[in-house]
Amino acid sequence: MWWRNCRLFRLRSATRDRMLIGTSRALACVSALVVVLIVAFLIGESAPALARVGPVRFFTDESWHPTADASAGSFGLVPTLVGTLLTSAGAIALAGGLGILSAAFTRFYAPRRLAGWYALMVELMAGVPSVVYGLWGLMVLVPLIAAVRPPGASLLAGIVVLALMILPTVALLADAAFAAVPRDCVTAAAALGLTRGASVFRVVVPAARSGLFTAVVLASARALGETMAVLMVCGNVVRIPRGVFDPVRTLTATIALEMGYARGDHRAALFVCGLVLLAAVTILVATAHAAGRGRPHGTT
Amino acid sequence: MARPDARWSARALEAAVWIAPAIVAGMFLWLLGDLLARGVAAFLPREADAFDFGAAIELGRNIVAFLTSAPERAGRGGGIAPILVSTGLILAVCIAAALPFGLGTALFLSEFVPLRSRFGTLVRRSLDVLAGVPSIVFGLFGNALFCRLLGLRFSILSGGLTLACMVLPLLIRTAEESFRAVPISQRHAAAAAGFSQWSTVFRIVLPQAAPGLVAGLILGIGRALAETAALIFTSGYVDRMPGSLLDSGRALSIHIYDLSMNVPGGNAHAYASALVLIVLLVLINAAARWSTMRLLHGQERRA
Repeated sequence: MWWRNCRLFRLRSATRDRMLIGTSRALACVSALVVVLIVAFLIGESAPALARVGPVRFFTDESWHPTADASAGSFGLVPTLVGTLLTSAGAIALAGGLGILSAAFTRFYAPRRLAGWYALMVELMAGVPSVVYGLWGLMVLVPLIAAVRPPGASLLAGIVVLALMILPTVALLADAAFAAVPRDCVTAAAALGLTRGASVFRVVVPAARSGLFTAVVLASARALGETMAVLMVCGNVVRIPRGVFDPVRTLTATIALEMGYARGDHRAALFVCGLVLLAAVTILVATAHAAGRGRPHGTT
Repeated sequence: MARPDARWSARALEAAVWIAPAIVAGMFLWLLGDLLARGVAAFLPREADAFDFGAAIELGRNIVAFLTSAPERAGRGGGIAPILVSTGLILAVCIAAALPFGLGTALFLSEFVPLRSRFGTLVRRSLDVLAGVPSIVFGLFGNALFCRLLGLRFSILSGGLTLACMVLPLLIRTAEESFRAVPISQRHAAAAAGFSQWSTVFRIVLPQAAPGLVAGLILGIGRALAETAALIFTSGYVDRMPGSLLDSGRALSIHIYDLSMNVPGGNAHAYASALVLIVLLVLINAAARWSTMRLLHGQERRA
């Protein structure tokens, strides 16, 4: 073949081996460095804002009216932080319960065929792009909520859409946690004459609790970082909501909305938002890994 | 156990186990049904009273027209041809950039370092963190590095490279898994037969891992295709046909977002585009599944 004549193939095999190992080591180093680069760029780009606005003003400024010159604008991140926390907490409260119950359903209750269909549906849910969830929320859920209490685009809409989006994460990881419970526990529960409900909720769930905890924590990391769906259904008003029908704005939505035109310190402030987000998500992922040691990478 | 309240709570949990999946399935089928109904409705001929043979032909013609014409009036009319081209180019850049790094890293982790070595653990930790980074943060990073520092501006190249960073952990994990699935005895046999490591990798490991690599690659493409937030300010909004990789190009998911949020009267075409996106993703997932099946089938045959 043509490549037999290439220079590479006339090298001594030891040289070729060394090249192969050296190249793959170099590629691995670059792959490992991507995340370092991301952190470095976030810190580098947000440095002007951290220097001129200062970390304190992000919490003490009354409102969010960022300007290219730090001395003129106000940079209060509190309403946006509250928005992010409320949407994520609400979504986790909903999806955590529903997801763990779904996993219990497919593993212990459903007839085999129904469980198969349901698992397929959950997999499909995981594959649906966030922008499609957002579209559905915007076109169906928001008008529905508006009929009850205007304006419709609200914290509630965000929570429901976000819960639906992170549900597959909870369900799949909870199912894996149930699968990891030793078969002996289940058999022993059956031998003791426990009902199915008792053996599931008093034996299996407590035995799987560290895995379930990991599932919920990783899902909340996804909820914090989600952009499109909350951007489309939450109304994006920068104000601390007084109820679930009030509109909110999240950190991610702020970045997506303002990045297009932000200049100077305003742009740097958006990188500060990104840095906060990255720190929060990394802490959550690290917590999950500490709880369920030895998980393969990329499973979030 | 026999306390009455305990029994009631147990009964409530048993009921919840059936109710919760019903709620989830109901919501999701509602979403899918809405998407299908309004997506297909966007293609249906206007005046037809009944869905007969003529209407079916008209429907087919509308779909083809939508896929092959340029958007008009900010997407309210026309089709999505330039958007499909931009999406394809962004994916091509993403794969071309991510594949060498993904394969090289996976090869290194599975073949050339021990499982629990310090360097291998370090690389895996770093990839764990990368896998958790929110997509909007990838967008910020891509904007700062590719658009500004490297001077690529809003372009297909910037968007594709940003997505490459994003799919890298997924690609590496699936590739490493398929390399590790090749039995160690075959490597020993190759070493005993005097194969160099180069030959072992290219004649033994790679060919056997190929279906798994393809499956991982397809999953990565699916992930990239579904992405929106990382592209808004890296590949940009321009909906004209891109002339080169340095032009800004609008991805399909961004088109959906823009039509539904910023273009009054763009809903019908937002749904039509969403339907196209979902169909593409389902096809991609079917391809990945088929590839995985071939992998499993091949292992059975060898065993």
